[in-house]
Amino acid sequence: MAQRVEHAGRSALVALPRREGAATQTPRPSDAGRLSDVDEWGRSERMRSIARRVYAPVYNHWFRAEWEGLEKIPKTGGALLVANHAGAIPPDAPTIMHGIEVEIGRPVYGMADYAFRRAPWVGTMWARVGGLPAHPDNALRLLRDQGQLALVFPEGTKGPSKTYADRYRLRRFGRGGFVEIAMRAGVPVIPIAVVGAEESMPVIFRLPTLARALGLPYVPVTANLLVFGPVGLLLHFPVKLKLRVLDPVTFDVPRGQERYSKSRVMEEAESIRLRLQECLYEMLRERRSVFFG
Amino acid sequence: MARRVLITGLDSFWGGRMAQALESDPDVEMILGMGTREPSVALERAEFVRADETYSILSRIVRATQVDTIVHTFLVVDSTRVSGREMHEINVIGTMNLLAAAGQPGSPVRQVVVKSSTLVYGSAPTDPMWFREETSRTSPARTRVERSLIEVEGYVRDFAEDNPSTVVTLLRFANVLGTNIVTPISSNLSRPWCPSVDGYDPLLQFVEEGDVVRCLEHVTHNRIGGLYNVAGEGKLPWSEVTAICGTRRLHLPPVATRAVAAPLVRLGLIELPPELESLLRFGRGVDTSRISESGFSCRRSTAETVDSFVRSLRLRRSVRKAPPSYAYESDVEQFFRHSPAATRPSA
Repeated sequence: MAQRVEHAGRSALVALPRREGAATQTPRPSDAGRLSDVDEWGRSERMRSIARRVYAPVYNHWFRAEWEGLEKIPKTGGALLVANHAGAIPPDAPTIMHGIEVEIGRPVYGMADYAFRRAPWVGTMWARVGGLPAHPDNALRLLRDQGQLALVFPEGTKGPSKTYADRYRLRRFGRGGFVEIAMRAGVPVIPIAVVGAEESMPVIFRLPTLARALGLPYVPVTANLLVFGPVGLLLHFPVKLKLRVLDPVTFDVPRGQERYSKSRVMEEAESIRLRLQECLYEMLRERRSVFFG
Repeated sequence: MARRVLITGLDSFWGGRMAQALESDPDVEMILGMGTREPSVALERAEFVRADETYSILSRIVRATQVDTIVHTFLVVDSTRVSGREMHEINVIGTMNLLAAAGQPGSPVRQVVVKSSTLVYGSAPTDPMWFREETSRTSPARTRVERSLIEVEGYVRDFAEDNPSTVVTLLRFANVLGTNIVTPISSNLSRPWCPSVDGYDPLLQFVEEGDVVRCLEHVTHNRIGGLYNVAGEGKLPWSEVTAICGTRRLHLPPVATRAVAAPLVRLGLIELPPELESLLRFGRGVDTSRISESGFSCRRSTAETVDSFVRSLRLRRSVRKAPPSYAYESDVEQFFRHSPAATRPSA
């Protein structure tokens, strides 16, 4: 069994930097004269609560998000949440972050492509509501040193950019980096299957030339654009979002190693991918309607 | 064993303060400072040698004085104060000569401490939020000062490899704020308008000037070798730093930033060297767990550093008094150090 980092008094929503072991005794940085509550990752609980207030109607009434197995998400200690990723503007990330923060009361840091950070305004907003560039060092510090929840989408941009014909078929899970990070940090991986995101903003085709010209990972033409016109750039279809938390996966390897056997890592990543894929099929079998679940 | 320490840049901000700090260390038997100008701080027993900034006479000094420790504080990390050529001479050529002197056959030097900067990590969107010492920068170095510091660190690494018996310490300090130091960031913050790049609100990390000296002293006193990041704990967004300092943000556009800023820089309204511009977009953070493990921790966090800076800023705004400087009189200093008439505590 992999050990889990347990810290007492982890209830504060905005975590202050902490190290494990001896370094835990180092005094917390004083908040002398601070004017904002932006933490060392750029997340602001105040901004986050505004975002939650704005997103709550969308979450409750537009997507009518429904969770299963939320109790599998630990109340304390680090865990790496992995989910499938879909929709031209994926609604899964804000839904998972909102859901866990509201239901469990723990902050979730959403890790994504660093292209976000490059974009003015977007990047700043994204950081304030809990976004973070998906760098292994960032994940390690969050999970191991601070015992936080981090959300990653191992499919990366390959997920949201896939076309409607390929919906619910998980792409390759990167190079298994997420497994390696979880092993090193000694935290469990908790897969979350999301059904509905695929139909919320389906990609009909992509414009790779335009994407290259704009320097974006992908430029999709979505069904929403055809139905809603320009509003469809940002407006999702009111699909029913269902989320199911799978059993946490722990690895019986020593934590803190610089490298792990690549075959073992890839094997674990593939087995998580298959479990998630199987769960998605299971949920699709149970789904009667895209809009009503 | 009594230490004999040579400090470079005795006339510069860090050299002078480091010499003052070492004067109170009973283990240090002799302090020798080099500088191009006279020291600007009051010194009790440190000796001063005037030298050009490339230290061409350093080999002779090292042989003659048998110093066992060299503290190299004189690296230019602020590109607004000197020209590119001067910076190259001071940083690259100066360090090269210094290390050549320290590595000469039969050299008495047992430790070399070099004060570098976290500028070597750069600032880019692909960066991790916290750089560890072994993390390499993710973007090529485009600014002069970054390239020059990277070159300096290359020489230091080579020196450490060639001289395994010498303790080599390389400290990378985050942006410094404090009561006395003047940097592009501090002078921007002291003005009514302060540059910021629209659409970005980077997280910055600061270290307090007193902590910089304490850290240099810590590694020198304890003969700790290696590469370390030094910074206050935590980070602050730039918008908050400017708000705390009570300056207004001058919003520069995210595109054509330099073109818009250039006339303002020319007029002296703001300071915006290229390395600061990228910092004001993406910020920078360094992981300081390694230096903590060596037994050093900064007294002030980033937030406390900004707080201490703003206190001194308020005082300066109220009394408009220039920080006290010390007039070095060669004859007087020589009298106190060497005249039989002056009584000295026996070393």
